[in-house]
Amino acid sequence: MSKLIINRRSLLKTGGAASVALATPYFFTRGALAQSDMYLNAPKGDTVTLGFNVPQTGPYADEGADELDAYKLAVEHLNGEGDGGCLNTFSSKVLKGNGILGKKVAYVTGDTQTKSDAARASAKSMIEKDGAIMITGGSSSGVAVAVQGLCQEAGVIFMAALTHSNDTTGKDKKANGFRHFFNAYMSGAALAPVLKNAYGSDRRAYHLTADYTWGWTQQESIQAATEAIGWETVNNVLTPLASTDFSSYIAPVLNSGADVLVLNHYGGNMVNSLTQAVQFGLRDKQVNGKQFEIIVPLYSELMAKGAGENIKGVYGSMNWNWTLQDEGTKAFVKSFGEKYGRPPSNAAQTAYAQTLLYADAAERAGTFNPCGIVEALEGYDFDGLGNGPTHYRAADHQCFKDVLVVKGKDAPSNQYDTLEVVEVTPRSQVEYEPDHPMFAGGDLGTCNPGA
Amino acid sequence: MLGLNTRDASLFVIVVILALTAPFLLNPFPAESSLAQFNAGYPDLMQRFAIYGIFAIGFNILFGLTGYLSFGHAAFLGVGSYAAVWMFKLLNYNILPAVILSVIVGGLFALLIGYISLRRSGIYFSILTLAFAQMSFALAYSVLTPITNGETGLQVYTDDPQYLQSADAPSIPHLFGVTMRSTQDIDFGAWSFSFNAGYYVCAVMMIVMFYLSIRIFRSPFGMMLRAIKTNQTRMNYTGLNPRPYTLAAFVISGMYAGLAGGLLAAMDPLAGAERMQWTASGEVVLMTILGGAGTLLGPVLGAGFIKYFENIFSKINENVLHQWFAFLPDGLEDFLVTILYPFVGKGWHLTLGLLFMLVVIFLPGGLMEGGQRIGRIFRKREKKPEVRAKDPEHHPKPSPHVA
Repeated sequence: MSKLIINRRSLLKTGGAASVALATPYFFTRGALAQSDMYLNAPKGDTVTLGFNVPQTGPYADEGADELDAYKLAVEHLNGEGDGGCLNTFSSKVLKGNGILGKKVAYVTGDTQTKSDAARASAKSMIEKDGAIMITGGSSSGVAVAVQGLCQEAGVIFMAALTHSNDTTGKDKKANGFRHFFNAYMSGAALAPVLKNAYGSDRRAYHLTADYTWGWTQQESIQAATEAIGWETVNNVLTPLASTDFSSYIAPVLNSGADVLVLNHYGGNMVNSLTQAVQFGLRDKQVNGKQFEIIVPLYSELMAKGAGENIKGVYGSMNWNWTLQDEGTKAFVKSFGEKYGRPPSNAAQTAYAQTLLYADAAERAGTFNPCGIVEALEGYDFDGLGNGPTHYRAADHQCFKDVLVVKGKDAPSNQYDTLEVVEVTPRSQVEYEPDHPMFAGGDLGTCNPGA
Repeated sequence: MLGLNTRDASLFVIVVILALTAPFLLNPFPAESSLAQFNAGYPDLMQRFAIYGIFAIGFNILFGLTGYLSFGHAAFLGVGSYAAVWMFKLLNYNILPAVILSVIVGGLFALLIGYISLRRSGIYFSILTLAFAQMSFALAYSVLTPITNGETGLQVYTDDPQYLQSADAPSIPHLFGVTMRSTQDIDFGAWSFSFNAGYYVCAVMMIVMFYLSIRIFRSPFGMMLRAIKTNQTRMNYTGLNPRPYTLAAFVISGMYAGLAGGLLAAMDPLAGAERMQWTASGEVVLMTILGGAGTLLGPVLGAGFIKYFENIFSKINENVLHQWFAFLPDGLEDFLVTILYPFVGKGWHLTLGLLFMLVVIFLPGGLMEGGQRIGRIFRKREKKPEVRAKDPEHHPKPSPHVA
């Protein structure tokens, strides 16, 4: 057994060693300031590195894989390989297929695991180790908000891909972050008129909501939008995250006097809750003399595939769909299909568009400096990427464009043809003020070049 | 030295040297070479090595000494992080009060959970801790969103009060003005080394915690904890009540976890609920077993091993593989890439699982046992077969039944 006594001499020694160790960082900081570049990770050689941070494992791995494929395609097109895709249809013509600002585009990938911590760790390693100048990705709003905050602190640009929560460009908006995808408010605003036409203005809605930030903002948005068309909200029940059995939540719906069920779920949750609702025979019921209906406000192709037959006739909203007929969509679907043998999802489209938008902004700004990029993207109007005329609003870095209202197809012709576009809701109808109560409370801050 | 015997002192000196020179040791490959992919010497990963090292050292005090297998230690890490971020929100960005509070909160939370869970031992204890941790996770993820900010994770906003924040202080975590993010890159020929202030804060904390753990291992208190692991019934018959000892060990390891959580938040001021999920609790169990439960250095090695895989192997994608094998003929290149691809990138779990299996089957004592075996081979070459590296006090054999 050793002694437990610390004598004076050893204490002095430890103290001395500790203070030397604590003092070391001071030397480093002084040097770091003197040596700093104009901005963080300024590309030195003849390549520029982008960081693609998507979920490769976990519940959204499928979406992540689709996004990654789209990113790779975008890099190919930027480097002048393949058929050029949307570079030919993009309204801005500064991208020539010779990389960005003459530098060849290289990329690194990381796995977010759909966890904020892991996503930040992987983004940090891209910034610190690989010298990534821009981070893009995300398949969950929590992760997107977390990584956006990190990029703001570190001083690189974050181009958000799949994130639908109002918070990303609401109370968590950041100057270095940009979102091309639509949000929960837009879903509500686009869906409401279509629902009014289809189901009338005298309906009683029952909400099942995933119990976390995204679920709440979506529920809030849909409730506000449907109440504005005269619907009544009977109840809103929060379901625990990671539930797979919703039967105990669906049974009470039958006796609640509601005639519409709104499922504020995403991914596997939505597949399960919708399937069980259909199995309970909800859609065959007559309540209040009306046919019972189910609504899934946010759709994705992968969810539609998972839910199979059950989505027939169920309304929802989307950012983009591969069956659109504009030039940008056709060019993108063609090159994606030729490379991977399947049509892209709307997550893939937003990932592809964000990469091109970043490249274009750098080209127009003539620099990779995040502040230059921010200036180039703020208030920018463009077209030809598949969503029609689009505007990047300066006040909150949210894209404004048409929103699609879709419905599960009654007679799908193949496994990808599951959703049909019912209406393209014009941009003016889904616009809102930056200080709208659902988005209030955040502070964009100023751009951070990181050095 | 420092009240340690020669053997422990030399181990301690090795750890100090390793920790302080990590920026060199972890970047063995030139920055431009294709092997640079395997370099781990960037600030974030080095910080994680040190922080998860602290976490595993603390876990080992409970599991390695008393044999009580807690499956809920991530909960203490999580509350530590939340406590630290709240200090950033309320006081200022100085990490000192944040880290101190996270240790206190981690300890208090451990006292509460330990007091209830330690009424049972064995598998029931493990299940109780697991249940508490999952409960904490669910609370943090949704119910307690006003305190934890739910899925998004708790972060500092510009409109937070920050009562002690002075105008000229940095607006990112710092220790008396030195920001945790500040890094000095030194180029040495083709090599590049990063010296990061945050890493050195973590490394010094880890050294201190490692020292503390040696002292606990060698103290009469540590002896009592070993007695609990060896035969609790006999201890009861001797008239000793093991519960105060196990509770003390539980709280100490909870405080270690709280410290680790606080440091995580200090390096990156965001606390996500996933930190408390059962997978995170399982990870620290893996780290400890992989490195060698009950050994001093093992848990730190295990922590480094797992974090290395998570951060380095997960980033090797198809593109990188093609670059490596570009010198081979096309068919062979594609073949090798197809074979290797499932084990890297998103398949890093698979590689880690295989390695874990190999370690558990062939080296039940963890990586430390591997080290000892290699050491023994060398000693045999020196023709001193009678000197066995066995030292029951330093490396207790695991009891046949865990916990």
